[in-house]
Amino acid sequence: MTRSTGAARLRPALRAPEATRGNALPAGAWWLWALGLATAASRTTNPLLLGLLVGVAGYVVAARRTDAPWARSYGAFIRIGLFVIAVRLVFSVFLGSPVPGTHPLFTLPEVPLPDWAQGVRIGGRVTAEQLVFALYDGAKLATLLICVGAANSLANPARLLKSLPGALYEVGVAVVVAMTFAPNMVADVARLRTARRLRGRPTGGIGAVLQIGLPVLEGALERSVAVAASMDARGYGRTAQVPPAVRRTTHVLTLGGLLGVCAGTYGLLAAQGAVHGLPLLLVGLAAAMAGLGLGGRRSVRTRYRPDRWGVRAWLVAASGVAVAAAMIWAGATDPDALRPGVVPLTAPVLPLWPAAAVLVGLLPAAVAPVPSSPSDSKELA
Amino acid sequence: MIRFEQVSVRYEGVGRPTLSGIDLTVPEGELVLVVGPSGVGKSTLLGAVSGLVPHFTGGTLTGRVTVGGRDTRTHKPRELADLVGTVGQDPLAHFVTDTVEDELAYGMESLGLAPDVMRRRVEETLDLLGLAELRDRPIATLSGGQRQRVAIGSVLTPHPKVLVLDEPTSALDPAAAEDVLAVLQRLVHDLGTTVLMAEHRLERVVQYADQVLLLPAPGAAPVMGAPADVMALSPVRPPVVALGRLVGWDPLPLSVRDARRRAVDLRERLADVEPPAREAPADAVVAPLPAPAAARPGFLGRLLGRRPAPAPERPPVLDAAVRIEGLGVRHGRVQALRGVTLSVAPGETVALMGRNGAGKSTLLTTLVGMTGPTTGSVLVGGLHPSRTPPRDMVRRVGLVPQEPRDLLYADTVGAECAAADSDAGAPAGSCRALVSELLPGVPDDVHPRDLSEGQRLALALALVLTARPPLLLLDEPTRGLDYAAKARLVGVLRRLAGAGHAIILATHDVELAAELAHRVVILADGEVVADGPTREVVVSSPAFAPQTAKILAPRQWLTVGQVRTALEASAPGGPAA
Repeated sequence: MTRSTGAARLRPALRAPEATRGNALPAGAWWLWALGLATAASRTTNPLLLGLLVGVAGYVVAARRTDAPWARSYGAFIRIGLFVIAVRLVFSVFLGSPVPGTHPLFTLPEVPLPDWAQGVRIGGRVTAEQLVFALYDGAKLATLLICVGAANSLANPARLLKSLPGALYEVGVAVVVAMTFAPNMVADVARLRTARRLRGRPTGGIGAVLQIGLPVLEGALERSVAVAASMDARGYGRTAQVPPAVRRTTHVLTLGGLLGVCAGTYGLLAAQGAVHGLPLLLVGLAAAMAGLGLGGRRSVRTRYRPDRWGVRAWLVAASGVAVAAAMIWAGATDPDALRPGVVPLTAPVLPLWPAAAVLVGLLPAAVAPVPSSPSDSKELA
Repeated sequence: MIRFEQVSVRYEGVGRPTLSGIDLTVPEGELVLVVGPSGVGKSTLLGAVSGLVPHFTGGTLTGRVTVGGRDTRTHKPRELADLVGTVGQDPLAHFVTDTVEDELAYGMESLGLAPDVMRRRVEETLDLLGLAELRDRPIATLSGGQRQRVAIGSVLTPHPKVLVLDEPTSALDPAAAEDVLAVLQRLVHDLGTTVLMAEHRLERVVQYADQVLLLPAPGAAPVMGAPADVMALSPVRPPVVALGRLVGWDPLPLSVRDARRRAVDLRERLADVEPPAREAPADAVVAPLPAPAAARPGFLGRLLGRRPAPAPERPPVLDAAVRIEGLGVRHGRVQALRGVTLSVAPGETVALMGRNGAGKSTLLTTLVGMTGPTTGSVLVGGLHPSRTPPRDMVRRVGLVPQEPRDLLYADTVGAECAAADSDAGAPAGSCRALVSELLPGVPDDVHPRDLSEGQRLALALALVLTARPPLLLLDEPTRGLDYAAKARLVGVLRRLAGAGHAIILATHDVELAAELAHRVVILADGEVVADGPTREVVVSSPAFAPQTAKILAPRQWLTVGQVRTALEASAPGGPAA
């Protein structure tokens, strides 16, 4: 075997394949990647790094999202992010901020407050430092949200359910069916508004909303009863017979485990119980997990084509984890670069190595399977 | 396989029992068709088999229903899930997951089948129902026929011994319906599945049935027997049976093939009679209601200095009710209509046909102005629908949507009528007069939800007609109607066409098109592929030809009514038996 044929074989293997059900990435991989980016974002307030993170997430979403209804949520998350920044700035302007500043921008009339409300301020001096601080803070939160939005639009939320333990699956299905309620109601409203037009009534205004409201709720209720009937007729909630001993053990393990978790957490948070806290928490967690596992025996469900963790899935998840790890490490070694000074005001600089690490998050745009082009969606109408 | 022993079902607050004294046995591996007029309890009967009645719907069931030896009183629907597969009337309400492949697997997952078995059955079912292309598609993006096939597929995968289907082909175009029926027949023949199915479109299904269960009237004792015998008694019957009864064939033919063999002498008798041409469109013209005096601007309007707009000049009366030139419509990336040119004269009835998703509904919504044209132009009574305010548009065009319930908001028929009068600016009582004409015997205080499917359609039609629109559009009007309701609708629409209304029907119902339409327009992929007189377009097409035309081809007889008139004319003593 010569080298050239080896390289020729390697090249198609490196190209991302077209996405099908068989090579679909597990929803968990996308969530790990996105949570990695989100962790990284939580470690820094440097606007350049945050912008880079948003860019990375946005690029991957643009390259790998499908045409499915759930994939359209990314824009909504970006809008929520911008809204968060705006709210943070408005609060900072009106309620003041503990950040000391020497660059006053303008002064709002201050509302005089009684003595007991000391430390609270409404209006007053607004400094550049406090605005910059609020902006950095808001940007961090917005980036977190956008990362979650990226996971939401890249991975079908219903498929994440497939990774739930058997005992919890049915609850999960109920939640997902409940979540489809909202889009169905939106569709109902649209349909009834067009019907109003057919009767020659204006489609806007409060009157329209009131008149449409009742039929919409009625329709939603009818549909949920119909879906429940269909789920029941298709075997939702079938249980297997388990020996009473197993059932009792399950209850004891689950309840005991949850109690252990509560007590352990309390111990960890309280000042002097920290010695017992951690082991108690771990034992409680283990017991609860065992309880869930045993409880799964009552469920007869099997899984159809669960997602496989292949090389590509591991690469996607690892790229997210790598970004998070690099940022945590950078935060420990060079905190100043990740948290640019506000007092005194300094221009943020892009730290070279953390920025390079963030770019690792682009890996999914190269290795994840490419969704097929939406040429076959002709029958949408 | 299925046994009903002295079963009665009574719902709370209803005077008489919905079903009473049902005693019957359905043997394994039979395809049993449940027929009867609307409202006799067909759906209740089907629900009793899957256990949804009474476990889910409430009501009281007396007697005993057993399926494969399991009593539905002691077994909840979920415990019958491996035995009975149920598809209700509305496939959308059936889906639990959001992609096709997951939906097919859902039932099997609930039953706990092994992963390799599930995989094999999903692949088989995808092929069986022709869904392989759609396997990764989100269900929300499928067309009606595709959804129906996915719903049937999703109950087939657990290999139930009994399949219960409520109107499986009503929403489908003729070709898709045949696909579904072919699948059902294959299940019955190859796998020995017992199928219990209710369907109004008998012309599609009766030939596949091994037995027919007739519920003649609410509360009446059911009749079960061979299809030909039961059809001889049935108040509902497809054209092929009606023709057989007219001519006196015995046993009655159930399929076009049987009837063609018997029809040699009928074709000879009709050889020298010319099939009547459809009478030309009526010469009358409907004058729309005059526009009401412009409403005085409200307080806010006066505050903002709004003046009532000067009344627009009355556009000149045109020769065509609808004139469409080179119309193209895009929804996002999808080209729903492309280069459609069409005009409809007053008094003319046009049937719009074509497979699911061909663009029929889009064309109708464009005509009422809910969708704007991307290219080309649409003129309805001289106005551009998408640029005319809805209040003026109602007096030009009325659309009865696929789900007539969408048009109804009020909680009594009387309130609905009053609202329609004020919406249209018509004199009080004009809607009520129409309702009494279309829907005799319905008092004012009935809730629209308590009306039957056919009554609701008539009410919606009356509401739309209150404004006397010269153009009337109906989207799939016969879905869920039995033959009696359909015959009433045909009568009403004929009268309206005679009065000068132009009517456009989007329909899959070839028999309706044959009864009513002067012209048939066939759409495919958003383009007009055929446009011509009903006889010419419909007789030459295997999918869109009505049964009478198929039996008497190559002569162009369309309906049983035409044949009856011709026979009566040729033999004055009445039809020879």
